[in-house]
Amino acid sequence: MKYLDEYRDPALAVKLLAELHATATRPWAVMEVCGGQTHTLVRQGIDELLPAGIRMIHGPGCPVCVTPLEVIDKALAIAARPEVIFTSYGDMLRVPGSAGDLLGVRARGGDVRVVYTPLDAVRIARQHPDREVVFFAVGFETTAPANAMAVRYAADAGIGNFSVLVSHVLVPPAITALLDAPDNQVQGFLAAGHVCAVMGWTEYEPIAARYRVPIVVTGFEPLDLLEGILMAVRQLEQGRSEVENQYARAVRRTGNTAAQEVVRRVFRVTERNWRGIGPIPTSGLALAAEFSAYDADTRFATTGVRTEENPDCIAGAILRGTKLPTDCAAYGTRCTPRTPLGAPMVSAEGTCAAFHNSGRRPAPSTVEEIG
Amino acid sequence: MCLGIPGRIVAIDDRADPADPVLGTVDFAGLRRSVCLDFTPAAGIGDYVIVHVGFAISQIDEAEAAKTLAVLDAIPDVWETELGPEAAT
Repeated sequence: MKYLDEYRDPALAVKLLAELHATATRPWAVMEVCGGQTHTLVRQGIDELLPAGIRMIHGPGCPVCVTPLEVIDKALAIAARPEVIFTSYGDMLRVPGSAGDLLGVRARGGDVRVVYTPLDAVRIARQHPDREVVFFAVGFETTAPANAMAVRYAADAGIGNFSVLVSHVLVPPAITALLDAPDNQVQGFLAAGHVCAVMGWTEYEPIAARYRVPIVVTGFEPLDLLEGILMAVRQLEQGRSEVENQYARAVRRTGNTAAQEVVRRVFRVTERNWRGIGPIPTSGLALAAEFSAYDADTRFATTGVRTEENPDCIAGAILRGTKLPTDCAAYGTRCTPRTPLGAPMVSAEGTCAAFHNSGRRPAPSTVEEIG
Repeated sequence: MCLGIPGRIVAIDDRADPADPVLGTVDFAGLRRSVCLDFTPAAGIGDYVIVHVGFAISQIDEAEAAKTLAVLDAIPDVWETELGPEAAT
């Protein structure tokens, strides 16, 4: 896959950094929402090159990480049923529920299959009319149109043995919840470029105005991030709070209206519980009444699942941006990408995995450790 | 599953039924996948699109596609996660 040289322009990076140093006159805290952006920042060490006082807070933008434990447990219960073929994006298979993960269900004989698109799940349902095919419909605004379309196609084709376990989350209400939190430290946001490719940025405009925070729609290449940070810091220094678009090559203000339309038709907005954060009003999508027959949650009556979070995992504080992975006692020892205690260590987009893959280590805290 | 990968449309399938999804073949650095093109109706053969979970959501130009691919290349497991296990290198 390495058919391209890594995209880097050191001269431009140096110029952007110099401008950032010249622009920042006092400390600012900026949150990157997207897990892909977190990965780039940490891997490239961009967060460590910033002017003193400019702090990046890593946000909750990892769909795998924020899927609530009770939904993972429901998925495990449904996947274990003998009549079910359970289909999912690959990165959900190792997310720990209260007792095990989907890979464990498969090891015990469950028919758990990885698909790369929800249309594959619909095709499997068509091929196996004697089985119940369930698709794990998770993710942010970026995956919602695809999952909505799968439900619509199944409905149009009259495929009755297909259903979806839905746990979609929406970014703007989460940003609002973070800003409303009493311990909020975030003064500006880098909004996830690909989320905005679907939804545009009109929903961010009232948030920027009401909370007086700059929001910069940003891509996830190193130079994108440097430019996005510079744009946010420039606004903070000038006392502006606008939505700006650094990722103009892929994102338009109104987003992808065809994708938005199918989401509006198939889903309805609902309160959603975010793993590690808790319930956030209007932050999720559930099936609209017209498509309720495709709801795996009711089809398999998964109510009554009892959840139990691992007490050693500080995923909630990580996802709210109040702690770093290296603050966790289990980080890199009892919790690694091979043996994750919580979702942020599982997903390639998770903050803990980004830190671990980049070799970040906890700061020595005692004389003995310093050696 | 949320990152999105740019690829080039190399074929658009004929549809048996107008209600069927518009499917095409997208080339991701040599690996080809069937992709739904319903959300990018203006994109044709040779155009670059950003693909999320089997659906094109945005059209971009070739140079920008190359830059984004290079960054994705540096993220562990991203190809396997986005395009399926056979995409692992």
